[in-house]
Amino acid sequence: MSLLPKALLLVAAFGLAACNNPDRFGAGGAGAGSAGGAGGMNGGFVDTTGLGDPNNPQSIAYFNQRVGDRVLFPVDQHTLTDQGRQVLSGQAQWLMTNASYAVIIEGHADEQGTREYNLSLGARRAAAVQNYLISQGVPAGRMRTVSYGKERPIEVCSTEACYSQNRRSVTVLSMGAGA
Amino acid sequence: MTVKRFLIPALAPVLAPVLAIALMALSGVQTPAQAQSGPLRIEITEGVIEPLPFAVPDFVDEGGAGEYARNIARVIASDLSGTGLFREIPREAHIARVSSFDNSIGYEDWKAINAQAVITGAVTVSGDRIVVKFRLFDVFSGQQLGEGLQFAGTTQTWRRMAHKVADAAYSRITGEGGYFDTRVVFVSESGPKNQRLKRLAVMDYDGANVQYLTDSSSIVLAPRFSPTGDRILYTSYATGFPRITLMDVGSLRTQTLAEQQGTMTFAPRFSPDGGRVVFSLERGGNSDLYMLTLGSGNLSQLTNAPSIETAPSFSPDGSQIVFESDRSGTQQLYIMPASGGEARRISGGQGRYSTPVWSPRGDMIAFTKQHQGRFHIGVMRTDGSEERLLTASFLDEGPTWAPNGRVIMFTRETSGAGGSAALYSVDISGRNLRQIPTDGAASDPAWSPLLP
Repeated sequence: MSLLPKALLLVAAFGLAACNNPDRFGAGGAGAGSAGGAGGMNGGFVDTTGLGDPNNPQSIAYFNQRVGDRVLFPVDQHTLTDQGRQVLSGQAQWLMTNASYAVIIEGHADEQGTREYNLSLGARRAAAVQNYLISQGVPAGRMRTVSYGKERPIEVCSTEACYSQNRRSVTVLSMGAGA
Repeated sequence: MTVKRFLIPALAPVLAPVLAIALMALSGVQTPAQAQSGPLRIEITEGVIEPLPFAVPDFVDEGGAGEYARNIARVIASDLSGTGLFREIPREAHIARVSSFDNSIGYEDWKAINAQAVITGAVTVSGDRIVVKFRLFDVFSGQQLGEGLQFAGTTQTWRRMAHKVADAAYSRITGEGGYFDTRVVFVSESGPKNQRLKRLAVMDYDGANVQYLTDSSSIVLAPRFSPTGDRILYTSYATGFPRITLMDVGSLRTQTLAEQQGTMTFAPRFSPDGGRVVFSLERGGNSDLYMLTLGSGNLSQLTNAPSIETAPSFSPDGSQIVFESDRSGTQQLYIMPASGGEARRISGGQGRYSTPVWSPRGDMIAFTKQHQGRFHIGVMRTDGSEERLLTASFLDEGPTWAPNGRVIMFTRETSGAGGSAALYSVDISGRNLRQIPTDGAASDPAWSPLLP
């Protein structure tokens, strides 16, 4: 089971790698979540924000893996769990120290819902994360939110084991604060 | 269906007249029966219907028609059989041969094989021009039903002509408008569930003539036709954020609407006059309904609540809007004046109700319902009464009405890692559930009006 979190982190890294690329939602961007990992890189996105070394506390890789870039939500909820708040406090601290990164907060839903409602639900989740980060001192101007509804699951089964991973927010970093 | 498919060139207008199809009555041949007065009539009611047996012999080749004479007859037969209201008597069973369009048919020969309706026709092709004529006969009363009609256009439009013949026959026999000469805009999907690629496409209502409107470089969702079919509204992630987008179908030019930094816009739908767009705008996590006037760019807010307000749809007269909201705690359906204001809840059953769509006749609302882990497509009266669930599956959603208000198309998605979406249609009686043939997965259908 210890492989799963690593696989998720890898996925997160590829999702991140696309974030400065105008094609991030295209064939390349869709490589996020690819089990093949590196195979997804052939999709055409070439990123200019290096992930860095996860042992370097200033790197994006460190943020994604050590601080934690995602927060999970209960079914049909957008209120933060205690665990979620803990992760976000860490994110806020890190973001205050590393002020050069801009932030996009993605909100996602599982597939148990209609498309429009899930877009709204994902937006509620992203906003809950943004509001928490603001309350922890991260300037609102550094952050934007985007909802993917149920369009970008990372786990593909149709059981709670996957749904629980798909009901998430992901804090995506890129260079250039206030973008 | 074994009919040869004909692809319209990629940039040709989709619904704008590729070539005007001329429609004229054939005069001077036979005495037309009083339209729709004969015994040949299907009343579309809730009861079980025994499909009406009909025959469509190959059309007569009156010059250069070649395969068209047969293919047009096949499309007509497929249209009518596809409704579930008609049953074709196979050509092998036919006794009579129709060799001349101008003669009446030998009713006894058709009566002998129990064909109650017979459609005969003729095709002439000259260069890229095609002329299609047809007559409809009521076998048991021994009369022609309605006038003969003639359609003319380019050979490229041959399927449309077949659909028009089928629409006329359907209409004369049922007394309802047809829906075969229509297009459906939808989202064509490819790739595995966690790497889904989506692009806009249009096709004939029966899955033929697919034409792609966008590439798959960004997510596209829930396209909707304008009332005249010349424009499409949809939600696009082309900017990196969900934005309602207007596409001109002829030129494929797109325009982002109501763009405001820090907001998400989605779930757009045209007003019946095509001049306004009602949609959801999300700001700070809260989704409300807004109205954009296309000419002036004037934006007005219709709802103002901390709950989710989305999936709006106009009544056909433009005076009201039905939408979904979770203001009561779960998703339910509400109707309010098109200018905003007091909303009344119409859904009252158990479960969650979403994606309401007002029927073109104005009498019903189609919706998605979630209850006990299943999804349903259903219909109810506009006051919420007479709720009827038409389907049930792991995930059915997003109904769209055929222009005659008798058939609903929707998305059905299967479960699991290999799950994928497909388009289905069903009668508002709950009968005749069928999958629309598409190349690959497809979702979010929206039916066009009847083409001119």
